[in-house]
Amino acid sequence: MTSETKQEKTVLLDQDGHLANREDWSEELAQELANIEDVGELTDRHWKVIKYIQKEFDEQGDAPSIRKLTKESGVSTKELYQLFPKGPAKKAAKIAGLPKPKGCI
Amino acid sequence: MKDILILGAGTSGTMMANKLSKALKSDEFRLTIVDKDETHYYQPGFLFIPFGIYSKEDVIKPKKNFFPKDTNVIVSEIDLIKPEENKVHLSSGDVLSYDYLIIATGTEIRPDEIEGMTDELWKKSIFDFYTIEGALALAEFLDDWEGGKLVLNIAEMPIKCPVAPLEFLFLADDYFKKKGMRDKVEIIFVTPLDAAFTKPIAARELGNFLEEKNINLVTEFNIGRVDNEEKKIISWDEREVEFDLLVTIPTNMGIEAIEKSEMGDELNFIPTDNHTLQSENWENIFVIGDATNLPSSKAGSVAHFESDVLFENLLSHINGEPLTASFDGHANCFIESGDGKGLLIDFNYDTEPLPGKFPIPGIGPFSLLKETKMNHIGKMGFKWLYWNMLIKGRDLPLESQMSMAGKIVPEKEEQETKTLQL
Ligand SMILES: Cc1cc2nc3c(=O)[nH]c(=O)nc-3n(C[C@H](O)[C@H](O)[C@H](O)COP(=O)(O)OP(=O)(O)OC[C@H]3O[C@@H](n4cnc5c(N)ncnc54)[C@H](O)[C@@H]3O)c2cc1C
Repeated sequence: MTSETKQEKTVLLDQDGHLANREDWSEELAQELANIEDVGELTDRHWKVIKYIQKEFDEQGDAPSIRKLTKESGVSTKELYQLFPKGPAKKAAKIAGLPKPKGCI
Repeated sequence: MKDILILGAGTSGTMMANKLSKALKSDEFRLTIVDKDETHYYQPGFLFIPFGIYSKEDVIKPKKNFFPKDTNVIVSEIDLIKPEENKVHLSSGDVLSYDYLIIATGTEIRPDEIEGMTDELWKKSIFDFYTIEGALALAEFLDDWEGGKLVLNIAEMPIKCPVAPLEFLFLADDYFKKKGMRDKVEIIFVTPLDAAFTKPIAARELGNFLEEKNINLVTEFNIGRVDNEEKKIISWDEREVEFDLLVTIPTNMGIEAIEKSEMGDELNFIPTDNHTLQSENWENIFVIGDATNLPSSKAGSVAHFESDVLFENLLSHINGEPLTASFDGHANCFIESGDGKGLLIDFNYDTEPLPGKFPIPGIGPFSLLKETKMNHIGKMGFKWLYWNMLIKGRDLPLESQMSMAGKIVPEKEEQETKTLQL
């Protein structure tokens, strides 16, 4: 019986609806966030982007712009929009557990 | 003799030449400034040209009127910078050496970055107003336009003067009303942002203005291409917006010489310390204005505030002292809202535009984030200030650092918690 009980977890979000604490992030949570964002089942291609932007964030302190993503992740702009419809830079950052990219001023 | 070389004689470069020439002894320092163009453009004035409010004469003056006497002026295109060798190659074939370099080459629009933008309809039904040529061509087009769908599209962020597209929309609404043809024009604002502006409180206020003026808003639209046959713009995720007249703010990029010199990021903006304005890679290079990658607005007012910081830090660097002046991202922009009124926003890296009074707390005369006639007078007065004070490097009665005095801080919104089932 206990094995069927779903575990509840409360995570704190920031003003933009992104995770407030990076420590809360896990691959399972990423899938949950992807469902909320209507991105659906995360595939290898999604994961390639997510891992790339997490690495970028750790090195640069900000999630990359779409231009940088396409230039350096090896995923074309067209495909990025198929993977993360509407705003790939923002959506992928959200699913990766990172704050909204500062990029736009 | 030490050489200080300034690349670009627009708003920032001209300001720096004037400040430095006053402060440095001419037997110790040689000041050189390079620009490809002999004409100085008052770019904020481009906004008014399409609506016949300003003519070309209002926005141009010879650059030479604004250079200090002892400055060596070179008119040539910059081709390549070799920071490891402290050399700059010009298209004329000349090579300049420097001890200290200031890069002030600004940003340019790149309609060629968008598929189909510069095809058949370019300058026929598609115009920009970020260049003098574009603004003049658009004025001519609007003069006898009979109406239809006017689409204003921002291709991607960042753009210089991020409020200019909104001002264009407000002025367009006013222009068509006064011509008695507002009912014949549908105005649509198509933006990659998720709201009318980048900062939430101002976005809410400005979004209300759009609604009041019956301007439709399409958000999170990232343009992928222009269909010239069917006259529509198409986003990367295949959404479409039809137009009769497309006013584009194309991709803004640093100049090609920066790319060729491998000194820029993916948009050719130069990695620059957000606070000291020193290049992140070379100690004897400082960067100012639109050419930087700073997370601040790209605006003339910002360049002005930066100039004070850069000036101090360059002198410290020359004297072998630590760089103590720190830029806070301060921006101060009037927003023309049509019908002889305007708004004003004042903000920095950490503080978004807030309501209040400026510059004297409680008094003004300007009102922050509120539409008044006085703010419009301020906007129009900026032209005089620009030509007579700003680019001459004179001190303005404004502090470089943003001040919280006079600003009304809203109560912090509670952080939202959310329950997710795993
Ligand atoms: C429509 C519009 C409205 C605006 N409204 C406002 C406003 O209301 N308030 C405000 O504060 N700001 C406004 N701005 C922004 C403001 O004009 C710019 O931010 C400011 O001019 C930036 O100064 P800069 O010196 O960095 O660049 P610029 O003034 O653009 O100067 C760059 C210089 O470099 C030169 N150059 C470029 N490439 C080369 C090369 N290869 N070789 C030699 N020379 C070269 C150019 O000829 C130019 O003279 C507006 C801009 C536009 C387009």
